[in-house]
Amino acid sequence: MHRTRVRIVEDALDANNTIARANREDFDRAGVRVVNLMSAPGAGKTTLLEATLGDLGGVRAGVLEGDVQGSLDADRITHLHVPVVQLNTGSHFGGECHLDANMVRSALPELPLSELDLLIVENVGNLVCPAEFRIGEDARVMISAVTEGEDKPLKYPLMFRACELVVINKIDLLPHLEYDLDRFHHHLDSVHPGVARMALSARTGEGVEEFAAWLVGVAARAVAHEH
Amino acid sequence: MHELSIAGAIVDTATRHADGRPVALVSVRIGPLRQIVPDSLRFYFEIVARGGACENASLTLTQVALLLRCRDCGLEWEPAEPEFRCPRCGHGSVEILTGEELEIDYIEVEEEAACIGPE
Repeated sequence: MHRTRVRIVEDALDANNTIARANREDFDRAGVRVVNLMSAPGAGKTTLLEATLGDLGGVRAGVLEGDVQGSLDADRITHLHVPVVQLNTGSHFGGECHLDANMVRSALPELPLSELDLLIVENVGNLVCPAEFRIGEDARVMISAVTEGEDKPLKYPLMFRACELVVINKIDLLPHLEYDLDRFHHHLDSVHPGVARMALSARTGEGVEEFAAWLVGVAARAVAHEH
Repeated sequence: MHELSIAGAIVDTATRHADGRPVALVSVRIGPLRQIVPDSLRFYFEIVARGGACENASLTLTQVALLLRCRDCGLEWEPAEPEFRCPRCGHGSVEILTGEELEIDYIEVEEEAACIGPE
């Protein structure tokens, strides 16, 4: 017996990225733009969807809900009369902490893609792992609630760098918190200089129209892409 | 937490390239931007490798430094903090030269000694 060295030089997530590209091709073919919505647990992903999906000016939106267990979030979306598919990651070892391209692929047959312009994938609440796994999305958004503190960009730089839009949520709570919004912007600009951002309260509705308009803009990318 | 998935991906990749031969060593390069916890990755690697070609493989993790270059003034530096702004000119557009690796560099496989010519 002797040892032979085999050169590989391959990213560990190449397989995931290949499936993500296949997802993207399917989405493109159906004319659906996809937003990957990420945040820590409890930052307000579902509440923001509840506040915006009811009125997207004719854009036909659907939601893919990623959770380790249960369908509580999907149930909350159902009354908005948009198609919702629940995707549980719990079948894996203890439940995966993120969605990967293959999980999203497994849910595609359940999604009425031909009836949609925009698919929002609500990722599992987690500030580390979802940033690593492409799923075939057009845009990645993360929500950072002011209750999480203003230092989070420095602690989770990968997540804050992986997105093209940062939504600062729960600004209605600012009077009750020692949260310095300027410091947050400063930290965010250290980690991801100049990244687009908007501040809102999904609960009171303040600023949500700006996010709704951004979603409509993403859906419109389909038109630019296809013609 | 994503180390379990990553360990699975590493074992799959190594097994594919081993092409049926037992794997003795897997060498992986890791940049700080991938937020991998080495001990956690080793722990899951052992579990995921059980029963397959990588069962007895050792895992070598090589840390790669984060090296940035300013797109404006060309300065290259290794930031101590996650600061992606040029410390010399303040420009916000930087290129990541190294530090994003999560790369299976090479594996070593056990092979039967090749038979050279008639005995």
